[in-house]
Amino acid sequence: MLSGKGGTGKTLVSVNFAAAAEAAVYLDCDVEEPNGHLFFKPEITSEELVSAKIPLIDYDRCNGCRTCVDFCKFNALAFIKNKPVLFKDICHSCGGCVLFCPQKAISEEEKNVGMIQSGTSGQVRVHTGFLNTGEASGIPIIKELLKKSAGETALPIFIDCPPGNACSVMESIKDADYCVLVAEPTVFGVHNLKMVCDLAETFHKPYGVVLNKCLEDENPAEEFCKEHHATILGRIPFDSKLGSISSNARIAVRENDRYRELFSELLHTIIEEANHEAVAHPQR
Amino acid sequence: MKQLLILSGKGGTGKTTVAGALIKLSQARAYADCDVDAPNLHLSMTQTADPERNDYYGMPKAQIDAEACIGCGQCKENCRFDAIINNNGYAVDPFSCEGCGVCEALCPVNAVSMKPAVAGEQMLYRTTYSVFSTAQLKMGSGTSGKLVTEVKKRMLSSLLPETELAVIDGSPGIGCPVIASMSGVSMVLIVAEPSVSGISDMERILHTAEIFHTQTCVCVNKADVNLELTERIERYCEEKQIPFVGIIPYDSQAVAAINNGKTIVELDCPSGRAVRKIYAETMRLLQVQAGGIEA
Amino acid sequence: MKIAIPMNEQSMDTEVCPSFGRAPYFLLYDSVTKEAYYLDNEAVASQGGAGIRAAQVIADHGVKALIAPRCGENAAEVLTKAEVFTYHSIPGTARQNIEAHLNNQLPLLSEFHAGFHGHEKK
Repeated sequence: MLSGKGGTGKTLVSVNFAAAAEAAVYLDCDVEEPNGHLFFKPEITSEELVSAKIPLIDYDRCNGCRTCVDFCKFNALAFIKNKPVLFKDICHSCGGCVLFCPQKAISEEEKNVGMIQSGTSGQVRVHTGFLNTGEASGIPIIKELLKKSAGETALPIFIDCPPGNACSVMESIKDADYCVLVAEPTVFGVHNLKMVCDLAETFHKPYGVVLNKCLEDENPAEEFCKEHHATILGRIPFDSKLGSISSNARIAVRENDRYRELFSELLHTIIEEANHEAVAHPQR
Repeated sequence: MKQLLILSGKGGTGKTTVAGALIKLSQARAYADCDVDAPNLHLSMTQTADPERNDYYGMPKAQIDAEACIGCGQCKENCRFDAIINNNGYAVDPFSCEGCGVCEALCPVNAVSMKPAVAGEQMLYRTTYSVFSTAQLKMGSGTSGKLVTEVKKRMLSSLLPETELAVIDGSPGIGCPVIASMSGVSMVLIVAEPSVSGISDMERILHTAEIFHTQTCVCVNKADVNLELTERIERYCEEKQIPFVGIIPYDSQAVAAINNGKTIVELDCPSGRAVRKIYAETMRLLQVQAGGIEA
Repeated sequence: MKIAIPMNEQSMDTEVCPSFGRAPYFLLYDSVTKEAYYLDNEAVASQGGAGIRAAQVIADHGVKALIAPRCGENAAEVLTKAEVFTYHSIPGTARQNIEAHLNNQLPLLSEFHAGFHGHEKK
């Protein structure tokens, strides 16, 4: 599930789809601000730290040649009083300094960048990624999250992506079979919907649009879909009750048959559409 | 000159809607859209003329000269970002490349070079009355923090004389683009949303703002969606001694206004009336002459 | 003694630049010879770690005192280790700040802000 813009209802939709499917896997790849777990309140079964590699300098072997400092494109190494000094927060873990030190004075150690919390909520397996504040990249965490569902063939896997179209989103959709773009009926929403359409197309992912918070007026997102020949998977009407339930982080599908029907039907459409795409374009 | 930054923590709380309204009410002579991943402010602040455009260059990216390449595969083996693919020849995936330069340094035949890569575009709209600085980051680019700094710099360096107030529409989240937008700001107005997710994200953004000792104030948008949570936010602000400057009801007329390229104060509607009070209170805190439309 | 000040323009009679890491120029002033020259700040082009790079440049040029309105914690670490003292600038021109410093009127900069990490990959 993607959205160009925050606040369109991506998490609401993802969480309710997973609940409607009953038995499913839910991956929260919005590691900067993961919210799915607030809805699921899963029983935690494990917590796994995620780390990135950073250089470890052996100052006895270091002869102050400055090769590492001069190589680092990220300014993570400074040269002070004839010694390299590492700034862990800035390091991108490229491994260059390790490779090019003529004295082989640099090895690597692990730096914790975040964690993955795994648990269950009913029959939904919930995996939530958390990026430590101040860390540069959530990608190592997203990679680990995707591994959690790697062998899964039976259950549907719902990936709640970060908003926008940056690298973390791209990483999140790498293994996806189908992308659901959640759109809101405003010109702001359309502007950003276009961005994620472009993203899905660039990565050759079949996609469809769910129009959320639909009002009776003209819907610029719907118009966009028509002009762009984008598949409209369904419409969720603006519903203050749904908004209210979700604002309290409750899962509508689990509380109310009407919502269960709404999301189940929509999910069914999506699965059909996804299967159709898989058959029509097996090369993807 | 004072700088007012609008932030939200969570996306979709109405940050740009509020920013547009405040710009119109204050008749600010300088404004900027720092949400460079998904800029929206220009959709409400209709501009009459074309902007000055500049390419924005991010990290240089690696490029492999296919003719020089001998296919040894060392680049791919050592790339930590899975950015080198071998599909009948080695090539760099520009979306994954982080510009670290390892492949360039390793290549035994110098077939890899780092080339400047356009990562986005900056736009500056200038009129005799105001300057508006905005930008759009290209898909997949990872340099939003730096571009945010450039957007602000462009606004600040193009200021018209007698500019008293600059309003900056910030980006969602708590990461580097947000931190970059905070530098030199006189006050941060947080537009919060009364939901469990919204409160969680609001707390994270408040914590981030604290680090910079910037004056902060909070308002709640779509307040009537969950009055209990709105109250909880108000109490939280009281406890933390953060000024609570007002609430805005959910208003379908706001959606209509935005979709017609207008701000919510250009028509008479509940959200427009509510934001005027927030404007008055925010300005009072900023101690700026309310030289714009009477609140 | 060499003094460095981040500047927006190459003139001692203009204001000190509000940013350290991304100031376009550094004024380097020798208090003994009274000579002044300007360095282009190469850190400006950095995605991230600009403060670190700028501090490295300052340290490499044998500067003993840096006068700036603010400075990040990473840059501060480089400067401290390199034994460069950082002083809190006063509003005004570079010239006014140098005079104030030579008259021991400037306090040491004691508060450092967190890094901006302008290289965020979301």
